[in-house]
Amino acid sequence: MCKDCAASDLSKLEPVFKEFEGDGHALVTILQRAQEIYGYLPADVIYRIAERQGVSPAKALGVATFYSQFRLKPVGKNLILLCKGTACHVNGADSIAAALKDELGIEDGGTTEDGLFSLKEVACLGCCSLSPVMMINETAYGSLTPQKAREIVRKIAAEGTAS
Amino acid sequence: MRIVVGEGSCGLAAGAGKVHAALTALGADVGITGCIGMCYLEPIVDLYDGDALAARLVRVRDEDAERIAAAASSGDLAGVADLRISAEDEDFLAKQTRIALRHCGLIDPESLDAYRAADGYKAIANVLGVGGAPGLTPEQVIEEIKVSGLAGRGGAGFPTWFKWNAARKAAGDEKYLICNADEGDPGAFMDRAVIESDPHSLIEGMLIAAYAIGAAQAFVYVRAEYPLAIVRLQKAIKDAEAANLLGDNILGTGFSCRLRIKAGAGAFVCGEETALIESLEGSRGMPRLKPPFPAEKGYTGKPSNINNVETFANVAWIMLNGGAAFAAMGTETSKGTKVFALTGKIRRGGLVEVPMGLTLRDVIFGIGGGVRDGRKFKAVQMGGPSGGCIPESLLDTLIDYKALGATGAIMGSGGMVVMDDSTCMVNMARFFLDFTAKESCGKCVPCRIGTKRLHETLVRITEGKGREGDVELLEELCKGIKDGALCGLGQTAPNPVLTTIRYFRDEYDAHIREKRCPAHECAALKNYSIDAAKCKGCTACARKCPAKAISGVLKGPHAIDAAKCIKCGACAATCKFGAVTVG
Repeated sequence: MCKDCAASDLSKLEPVFKEFEGDGHALVTILQRAQEIYGYLPADVIYRIAERQGVSPAKALGVATFYSQFRLKPVGKNLILLCKGTACHVNGADSIAAALKDELGIEDGGTTEDGLFSLKEVACLGCCSLSPVMMINETAYGSLTPQKAREIVRKIAAEGTAS
Repeated sequence: MRIVVGEGSCGLAAGAGKVHAALTALGADVGITGCIGMCYLEPIVDLYDGDALAARLVRVRDEDAERIAAAASSGDLAGVADLRISAEDEDFLAKQTRIALRHCGLIDPESLDAYRAADGYKAIANVLGVGGAPGLTPEQVIEEIKVSGLAGRGGAGFPTWFKWNAARKAAGDEKYLICNADEGDPGAFMDRAVIESDPHSLIEGMLIAAYAIGAAQAFVYVRAEYPLAIVRLQKAIKDAEAANLLGDNILGTGFSCRLRIKAGAGAFVCGEETALIESLEGSRGMPRLKPPFPAEKGYTGKPSNINNVETFANVAWIMLNGGAAFAAMGTETSKGTKVFALTGKIRRGGLVEVPMGLTLRDVIFGIGGGVRDGRKFKAVQMGGPSGGCIPESLLDTLIDYKALGATGAIMGSGGMVVMDDSTCMVNMARFFLDFTAKESCGKCVPCRIGTKRLHETLVRITEGKGREGDVELLEELCKGIKDGALCGLGQTAPNPVLTTIRYFRDEYDAHIREKRCPAHECAALKNYSIDAAKCKGCTACARKCPAKAISGVLKGPHAIDAAKCIKCGACAATCKFGAVTVG
């Protein structure tokens, strides 16, 4: 394990292990629960889950890196999911992406230095009629223009958190 | 009058939650319903007089709450007349035939009683022989589905009865039923709408299927990106269990079926059934070689049957109304109805359910109202990353698995993304290959490396670095990937490339030979210039230009130095006089 990583409080995993005791097919679900607890998947958490599920760390890490939902790094206070689905593409999602990256100074998958925002491009949020659309902390913002997108993140930054 | 707010994900995203809160704050009694499919009119508020819809109010804002509450309590609708849906928009619904979406936007999705009042759980009661019904054998259920002609609505269009029958006949007592709700096609959201708006219809369809194949365990594999769908389905399962419609000894008939939700973790390939099974088992979602098919060896090696949400949503209706009634709609080779998600540059976008056999033109122009902003229709993309782009000349193609397949596109899950003349078809192909290359699981070489090479070539062309022979190279690669890939994702990944080459070859040639993007979409191929006649010499563009490529004096015409221009478009976005032209 890396020396820079802070040790996680692994006891928080115990109720999850208890719930899925004896279920050999629960690896994905347990990783999801762990991410809910820690906000991301720290290395020591993945090791502990592998050990308790009776699989190699490589298998657990393999699953964690396969699915787009899992994060191996902490995420910002406000997670921006920018839809890059077909309808959003046709309606100008690229210009929204450019505006957000410029406004926040981060790339796709990045987190701002103040830890306030993370940006993630996703395939489709299923709100195609509102395209182009982004979701911040499970609130959807639709019919975006580059300017509107900038204003939304500025407002959230001013408030400190998304409503 | 009763106030009902449409609260599917689309409605909530458009502000239905705020409207609901504003109405509640006024002391009004507010009910909820799911998605009626008219996404372009959200948020929608319905006023009911008893069971009859008295008024449908559209594009409602929270500041309208007061007059809506007043109208509902007095019964006088004059105060909300301007919010009422127009006759033209009512046409959007009137032209549809709704079976899978039959309750969506009409009943409260969180109420078991509401579903029961709409003939809910009658089909399963009839099948199981509850309340004096004679009951059906599993074979009779499968026969009824065979008569209906129902085919898999997830994309491939495989006959549903055949899969059920194979799972029924497979050896072994432990069998599994799985619902694929991992709706991954960008631009398709009908499965989410069904779960959010009518979750009990999915449960009932699955119960009938479980009975038919002999499964006592069932899963719904839902995309993690659909939090509201998961919450509503959880509640529906809990309520159904409490009413003895799920679990052990259902309605005292001895038939048992347990239903569990598994949240997907985000991987497009998990829409492929063997990859979905791997994912359910807690592994990386990488497809298995078929055969053996899941009907023989599926979840944990046991016989399993997988159908998608829309397929299950038709089942209870078929059992109540008879397979023949379903088969009466449609064409020789495609029966019943299909739901489409109409999006993109469309005037009236949303969910549309129509009988098979209508033309694409009927749906896009007749129901969707055609292309918005007065622009010209160019193509419709069907079937997502596995499908293709259909040009205007083929708009009279019938909605039929075979007829659509002949165009090079597919029926797919029902995404219909409309594009106008501002969409570049080469860039469209690049967009899809970017997606499939990222989503390729990496198990087989033709898909893992082939999609990457396709994507690189398309990027090169859109950046103006295309070479003579690139189109032929793309075609050769496509053939190799189609023939060599292990699963449906890889085998169909070339479709967006092949159909755009087939119908829009001139756009490829313009990019490669003339270094020109006819739709003016590809940034590297744009040429910015300033129309001296329109330029007022305000200097705004010169100040904005990050490359200092614009010169000119105050109140005199400006000019762009093409050698310095980085084609960022800042000048065009800044100019208030429309003087910057893009060629």
